[in-house]
Amino acid sequence: MIREPLIFEISDPGKKGYSIPKLDVPADPSALEGLPLRADIPDFPQVSEVEVVRHFTRLSQQNYCVDLGLYPLGSCTMKYNPKVNDRIASFPAFADTHPLAPAGMVQGNLEILHRMEKLLSEITGFDAFTLQPSAGAQGELVGIMLVRAYHESKGIPRRYVLIPDSAHGTNPSSAHLSGYEVKEIKSNASGRIDPAVLEQAMTDEVAALMVTNPNTLGVFESDICLIAEIVHAKGGLLYMDGANMNALAGVARPGDFGVDVLHLNLHKTFSTPHGGGGPGSGPVGVKKILEPFLPVPVVAKKGEAYALDFDRPASIGRVRSFFGNYLVVLKAMAYILSLGPKGVREMAEIAVLNANYIRKGLEGVYDLQYDTASMHEVVFSDKIQKEAYGITNLDIAKRLIDHGFHPPTMSFPLIVHGALMIEPTETESRRDLDLFIEAMRTIAREAAENPAVLKEAPHHTYVRRLDETAAARNPIVAWDGRKA
Amino acid sequence: MSYIALSGQDQKEMLARVGAASVDDLFCCIPEDSRLRRDLDLPAAMTEPELLRHMETVAGRNTYGRYRSFLGGGAYHHYIPTVVDSLSARTEFVSPYTPYQPEVSQGTLQVIFEYQTLICRLTGMDIANASLYDGASAAAEAALMAQRLTHRGRILVARSLHPQYRETIRTLTKNLALAVEEVGFGDCGGLKSAELREKMGPDVCGLILQSPNMFGVVEDLAALAAIVHEHKGLMITAVAEGLSLGILEAPGKLGADIVCGEAQSFGLPTSFGGPGLGFMGCKKEFLRQLPGRICGQTKDVEGKRGFVLTLSTREQHIRREKATSNICSNQGWCALRATIYLESVGQTGLREIADQNIRKAVYAAGRLAAVPGVKLRFSGRTFNEFVLVLPKDAASAAKSLQAKGILPGLELAPFYPELPNTLLVCVTEVRTKEEIDGFAAALEEVLR
Repeated sequence: MIREPLIFEISDPGKKGYSIPKLDVPADPSALEGLPLRADIPDFPQVSEVEVVRHFTRLSQQNYCVDLGLYPLGSCTMKYNPKVNDRIASFPAFADTHPLAPAGMVQGNLEILHRMEKLLSEITGFDAFTLQPSAGAQGELVGIMLVRAYHESKGIPRRYVLIPDSAHGTNPSSAHLSGYEVKEIKSNASGRIDPAVLEQAMTDEVAALMVTNPNTLGVFESDICLIAEIVHAKGGLLYMDGANMNALAGVARPGDFGVDVLHLNLHKTFSTPHGGGGPGSGPVGVKKILEPFLPVPVVAKKGEAYALDFDRPASIGRVRSFFGNYLVVLKAMAYILSLGPKGVREMAEIAVLNANYIRKGLEGVYDLQYDTASMHEVVFSDKIQKEAYGITNLDIAKRLIDHGFHPPTMSFPLIVHGALMIEPTETESRRDLDLFIEAMRTIAREAAENPAVLKEAPHHTYVRRLDETAAARNPIVAWDGRKA
Repeated sequence: MSYIALSGQDQKEMLARVGAASVDDLFCCIPEDSRLRRDLDLPAAMTEPELLRHMETVAGRNTYGRYRSFLGGGAYHHYIPTVVDSLSARTEFVSPYTPYQPEVSQGTLQVIFEYQTLICRLTGMDIANASLYDGASAAAEAALMAQRLTHRGRILVARSLHPQYRETIRTLTKNLALAVEEVGFGDCGGLKSAELREKMGPDVCGLILQSPNMFGVVEDLAALAAIVHEHKGLMITAVAEGLSLGILEAPGKLGADIVCGEAQSFGLPTSFGGPGLGFMGCKKEFLRQLPGRICGQTKDVEGKRGFVLTLSTREQHIRREKATSNICSNQGWCALRATIYLESVGQTGLREIADQNIRKAVYAAGRLAAVPGVKLRFSGRTFNEFVLVLPKDAASAAKSLQAKGILPGLELAPFYPELPNTLLVCVTEVRTKEEIDGFAAALEEVLR
């Protein structure tokens, strides 16, 4: 296989991969006077267009992606990203609009934002939405800042945020960045929040409980109404991390079961491409009581015209420039319009069916620490293989690559040691589900018969297992300037 | 349009396999009273042609494209080479997630590594992260990083820092015991150094200074950094117009300790403000306080070079509430576009484009300031933006110009009450001499 060099290593002076029109204003010898000019940009490449094209094309071929096959990263909802949505977002009349243009020139954009707030409100059962947060983590932060603003408006911001031990790491981090101390709630034997434990922890010093529902085990918090009552009885608010909304859309609405504030991940539930890490979008939905605190600006409809409302004295302010990741919001809206009411519900139904189908296919082969009913994802572990053959979830994951699949999520939930969190999503065919199940079963057999083949996996990739310890111990985060 | 890949028969058989009598059965763990017992009130499903027609209609309600726009102020119209659209549309870049599994993500990872290198070289910093949401939130992250590094309770921000950046910094630091104070600008448009000297002290983390600033003015970074460093504070340079780094001296060579900003100019359309591309670089001794994802070089078991996400002990999935930031992704696809852009135009192209921006803006400033009654507000040297003072209300002048198909720039008074009757004008390489001349002629007409 050809090793693809860094672009810097194939650069040669005198090569050129661009063309721009000649300067058309009169030459002015003093134009650059007084400016601190740089001599050059060290190491910046000089390459031809065809070299750039081959470089990135070859690099692209070293990636696994959703369009190649099942990508069962739990809690990431790696569903198919419809192509038409990307096409719409590339319309120049959307993509080339400027965020500081007068409102009258961008009525189409404002209409998209306004309608999308309404669509998301209907799907989740909330009164209002902000589309400003750039990603789920920023949505969490906004959500908890809204909680804080609410309590401050009542006099005291309170001190603690309660978070179950199964939660994603961004939850405690976002609570901390909002000025709260985190108290962890231990999950019970079914992997859920225990109302009795919550009752004890819930005091009038607690600002909110952050719950993920279904939680990171793929388990629905069946006591959610009681949980909401317990939190509300002490004047607290119920925050929901909507990362797993793909299991609920059209089936149940968080706003109907007691949640006060929720964030969504449009790049999960609403199919916008993950882009190798972003851009995402993390809208936040709220009940009326939190609406005054939403980030500015808010899109308002006056008669037939849309306008931006900056006059929101109780607002927490803005958390980024402009209006959020607008083009991502646009793609998600296109998706909702494609699916319609029945399609949205079907999306959740089939997501849950597919997850349970995989669960059925792997039960007994891999350990299921919590055998509570699964929704859109199922969390197995490496317990059986580890105890018998010393095989870890990492080995299983790397071997899965050899079998042609992306591995499941392994870094959490922390309450399952050696987790294999599998979320197939609704867009998988039965054939692909069967292939995945077969691969996982084969790996379990290999663990018994030939554990070395797992330990050394992957075998057929562009690079083999990488030394992550060395990378962290001696960090090289930019090219050292020496051509290999 | 449905994207389900199961036939009715598949569904029936699969339900039987999992032991459910119906789809409804799958949701039995949701209590009856928590379920939605009606269809969602959403518009009926659209087919692909219907959806496209509908969206074309909505897009048609944006009339912005009919105007000659001289808007900047944190979002910039630059030419995007075709290779950027073409290569970034490859599904292998579009449809994967964060490269958690490096063996099947070397494409994404090598791109990030090259991106980090490009940011380092542009800013003159030793290290850079894999990108942040946007320039404004990057500036806020820089403020928090400075607080962690210095353990001090105040931070200074230039009043000439983009108003939305300042607002974002205030929002995101509000609950974290960091007081934010402004330092004003003088008649040259640059920071008042005397005021900085007055406000700097041993309890100040540092200064966040944008250059070119909100008025397009290039700041005297070296002199201001010296003042900040006298008090062992950190010099944080914010760059809202990334392209300026193609020709102006790297902030790292002028005393900056952290450089952050917005790189939308590198191959991303203005996109009504998002997605953009926040970037951040710093000195290598600050590595463990740098927020966001970082890609590092390593070797595989056969000794081949490869790349991984590294230093995750700073991050939320390990450190939880003690993490350097709650960020758990980057703007991967946007960073990809910036990388393709920068590598295509390369060393010479970036300079040439940046050079054209300065020259066209200088030409435009000369033409517009020659209109009777019109003046330049600031005397400082600028990159591709400048501030005009009009002899009358800028809003009404702007309206008259819009009627002539020209969007003359941004009225600053709503953001800076102390700058009445001003317009922030931006001229990039995509504006032609003819358009600039037309703008000057139209301005003269509406002011007559």
